[in-house]
Amino acid sequence: MKKERKKVIRYLSLCGLLGYGYAPESLENALKGELDFVGVDAGSTDPGPYYLGSGKNFVKKLQVKRDLSLILPVIKERKIPLIIGSSGGSGAAPHVQETLDIITEIAKEKSLSFRVAVIPSDLPEGFVKEAAKGHLFPCGGSPEFDPALADKLANAVAQFGTDPIIEALKKDPEIIVSGRCCDTAVFASYPILMGFDPGLALHAAKIAECGALCARPVGANDSLVVEMHEDFFTVQPPNPLRKCTPDSVAAHSLYEQPDPNCFYEPEGKIDLSACTFQQAGEGKVKVSGSRLVPAEKKTLKLEGAFLAGYRAITIAGLRDPSGIRHLKEIEEGVRASVAQSANFVKEGEYSLRFLRYGLDAVTGKNEPENPVLPREVGLVIEAVAPTQEKADALVGLARSKALHQGFPDRKATAGNLAFPFSPSDFSGGAVYEFALYHLTDLSIPFKVKEVNIP
Amino acid sequence: MKLYDAAFVCRSKNAGPFQVTVDLMFETREMYDKVLKSSSFTAEKIGELYHVPSEKIAIKTFERILTIKVVLPRISSSGSLQDMDVYGSQQHFPLGSLEI
Repeated sequence: MKKERKKVIRYLSLCGLLGYGYAPESLENALKGELDFVGVDAGSTDPGPYYLGSGKNFVKKLQVKRDLSLILPVIKERKIPLIIGSSGGSGAAPHVQETLDIITEIAKEKSLSFRVAVIPSDLPEGFVKEAAKGHLFPCGGSPEFDPALADKLANAVAQFGTDPIIEALKKDPEIIVSGRCCDTAVFASYPILMGFDPGLALHAAKIAECGALCARPVGANDSLVVEMHEDFFTVQPPNPLRKCTPDSVAAHSLYEQPDPNCFYEPEGKIDLSACTFQQAGEGKVKVSGSRLVPAEKKTLKLEGAFLAGYRAITIAGLRDPSGIRHLKEIEEGVRASVAQSANFVKEGEYSLRFLRYGLDAVTGKNEPENPVLPREVGLVIEAVAPTQEKADALVGLARSKALHQGFPDRKATAGNLAFPFSPSDFSGGAVYEFALYHLTDLSIPFKVKEVNIP
Repeated sequence: MKLYDAAFVCRSKNAGPFQVTVDLMFETREMYDKVLKSSSFTAEKIGELYHVPSEKIAIKTFERILTIKVVLPRISSSGSLQDMDVYGSQQHFPLGSLEI
């Protein structure tokens, strides 16, 4: 970096997730002051394992393009870097490539060019197999890793911290397109490189990564401005409709976190127990006291998903009270019939599931049985099988059996189900499952690649 | 009184694919204390409700904003074949029906 050390740095978190949108006025207002960099997180495991496994983004390309179209000309003109974390949603090679393609498209349309630093986070060939020999530790409630799955992972990435992004920043790029990284790394790397306190930098980053989610009214789809000082930081939404208060900012440390008093990053434990939150002007909150307890040995979290099969579903409703009362019998009858007729799959090779909306499809066995049955029940029958063709056929069988399945006291002998659609069945595509969600104490050399766009 | 009625925020969400956290926020210190001191609000009781061993449940307090956090293991990981709530955002029940 060619820039001189500063006493204060000011940065913009564009929005809570790249593609979720932000108000153009927020960007305009934020630009009224000097900015040192702009950051935006693009990743999440919340939408489930499908996106990592399939290499697809859970946010649509047009959404990402809109958010980048507004900011790219700004960072070019202002000569400030843009840091994109966990590109493409999951940060594996196909996700990173999608983000680079979108930037290229915008650059061509707007006749701009960018020096981009790309940081892949894909695990080296054979890494998981080696790591499974005593170097994988469950985290966040994950079970022991099953070594048999090491070769089956569709995409496997490491979620790195600030170090690789700091290395990328040293190359002075205009844009950093990072693979899977910690949300905090997007916003803490620049301040740490500039010599700011890492505890404060990481805490500020933890708040910034969600955009204006720490303000009221809450908004993951809006921006946040952060100022780093020597012994405190401030947060303020640039959109005057949103305000931060000490309680709204303090409450944010609860969000999606197992412990409100601390959180863990590859750099160590960030202790928030001595934190203070003070109002520091209209909608602006000053935070101090966050402290980094450095990790004795840095660890990395690994993420990986494997293909579990292909899904097909059918959707129907029940109104007949006797049918609703005997749903269990209908289900058992359908299972037996399918097992008998499905000669194209082996037992144990497929699964059938009956989701009974209105009864217990949301909480399952955790819900005590309701003595009063609902007037209507929504039924989703799902089949997962080794191929889409087999899953489709299984659901077809299950649907026709369920429609005509007999049960005691059946009065509606013409059909048990109301189908809202024709065709009634839907192919759901590939199904993935998280298998790797573990820490490793092995180190991985992350390499920064420099590319020019277009 | 049910926990859902005692709290002004009662919500759940994934904390990674293998855990769900339930946040309970209270308007008054009296209510916050009442829940914490209630004999029904224990890891054992919550474990029974969610069919998970009580030693895998964490109850954490955040007094400054009168909030209690309950961290629960997921019976099946987010998006897996057995999962019914990928984001974990409707798993604040059955805890919400707990009598305080």
